[in-house]
Amino acid sequence: MTMKMGFYPGCSLKGSSREFNESLCAVMDKLGVELEEVPDWNCCGATAAHNLNHALSLSLPARILALAEGAGMQEIAVPCSACYSRLVMTRHELQENEALKAEIADIIEMDLALNAVPINVIQALDRALEGASLESLVVAPLAYKVACYYGCLMVRPPKVLRFDQPEDPMTMDRMMERVGAEPIDWAFKVECCGAGFSVSRTDLVAKLCKPIVTDAVKRGAEALIVACPMCQSNLDMRRCAIKGMSEAEAHIPVLYITQAIGLALGIDRKDLGLQRHLVKVALPRRAVVGA
Amino acid sequence: MSSALHTVSATDTLAGRVLHDTGVAVAECYQCGKCSAGCPLADEMDITPSQILRMLQLEMPELDDEVLRSHTIWLCLTCEMCYARCPKEIDLPKVMDSLRAESLRRKVAHPKARDIIAFHKSFLDSIRTCGRLYEILLIVAYKVRTRHLLQDLLMAPKLFVRGKLNPIPELIRGRSHMARIFQRAQRKDG
Ligand code: SF4
Ligand code: SF4
Ligand code: SF4
Ligand code: SF4
Repeated sequence: MTMKMGFYPGCSLKGSSREFNESLCAVMDKLGVELEEVPDWNCCGATAAHNLNHALSLSLPARILALAEGAGMQEIAVPCSACYSRLVMTRHELQENEALKAEIADIIEMDLALNAVPINVIQALDRALEGASLESLVVAPLAYKVACYYGCLMVRPPKVLRFDQPEDPMTMDRMMERVGAEPIDWAFKVECCGAGFSVSRTDLVAKLCKPIVTDAVKRGAEALIVACPMCQSNLDMRRCAIKGMSEAEAHIPVLYITQAIGLALGIDRKDLGLQRHLVKVALPRRAVVGA
Repeated sequence: MSSALHTVSATDTLAGRVLHDTGVAVAECYQCGKCSAGCPLADEMDITPSQILRMLQLEMPELDDEVLRSHTIWLCLTCEMCYARCPKEIDLPKVMDSLRAESLRRKVAHPKARDIIAFHKSFLDSIRTCGRLYEILLIVAYKVRTRHLLQDLLMAPKLFVRGKLNPIPELIRGRSHMARIFQRAQRKDG
């Protein structure tokens, strides 16, 4: 039986982070979920819009929400944390302010009921796993020490998102445990990686990413696990911009949570897009410790 | 004319403007400094986040001007750390949004923020024309705007062989709808 789920991939998943899309689709397919894209979706505008124009920063996500509800979607899976944040924050702001909602509906010239709810990738996976046991689907336990990195926008602002504990979230850690990995306790789970400065201030991204990588390695992690394309590209593509890294720091790979789960479910590396990373993903097969 | 987006009425002080734009009353801040302590880029900023609030509280034209000319407002990453930790639940990232908009309106943005603003503008150009982000166009438009022609181009071949750069843009059907949204939103926001 296949289950259908609304899906907003966002631009990164169609471009530089296509392996997040590939691995998400592969895992969902394995779990019997069909992802249905919001018809003719547009970019959410990300940081650029809300840095420059408030009305636009609400209108771009509003068009997406309106299209989703027009297609009858009750929930929309939004894997990119930045898109997720823009969609949730817009929906919240418009729900709190009727007059503003009317103005934005007027700008986009669409009906806006706000009844399609954006969910992040962890919530989408949870939904797909309802009634199933992830543990029982694992064919190749992911026997590594992993550092789960949540970044900013998956947990903040907690007042609006109401997802996990803002200072020490555990949802990704628990999911990694269920596929056989050993999540480490570390200090940089929710620190910022520099997000939108990837191109315009690469120096600042390097400065913010260095302690994240260093702490993960120091505490014994063999891979970083992320759920956001911008975190992934800052930690992976921008690794070469970080100066003075040790051998281990230069080589620790950054996997999307969907790639990590996909490996455990026995999905082919290529179908998970592991060959697309700049920091090579060389995780040798290993028996579960103590098994 | 009154508007939920608060675009027309001129408020006397910047604190008034911020209240009008965001609903945040800067007077609520009791200067505990927690926001500045947790801000990932506080040490790069010319004025710390809590100092920005203090300056707004004083409601003096010279200080307002200094805030709008600061590098800080452009360095804020909207990481939401300050808002998450503030004991008074002051939505500082939203205040920063409003300050950036005002800084652009008055044409006083910090010279060092040029690259950041150029990047945001190039990003929006791509969305206005394609509906989605076209990464190659973004990089090229940004390079032309800033004249940093070489930086990053070295990266392109590496991404290309890994299938990470889309040679053709994704064009949505509703492109004229997007153009209209941009126009109408800009009219509201100035
Ligand atoms: S966050 Fe980025 S990638 Fe995701 S849709 Fe929005 S703009 Fe496009
Ligand atoms: S960690 Fe970086 S990319 Fe990820 S959400 Fe925060 S700022 Fe965005
Ligand atoms: S944390 Fe809140 S109350 Fe404390 S200084 Fe910052 S804004 Fe003011
Ligand atoms: S949102 Fe801006 S001011 Fe607040 S902590 Fe993050 S970077 Fe600093």
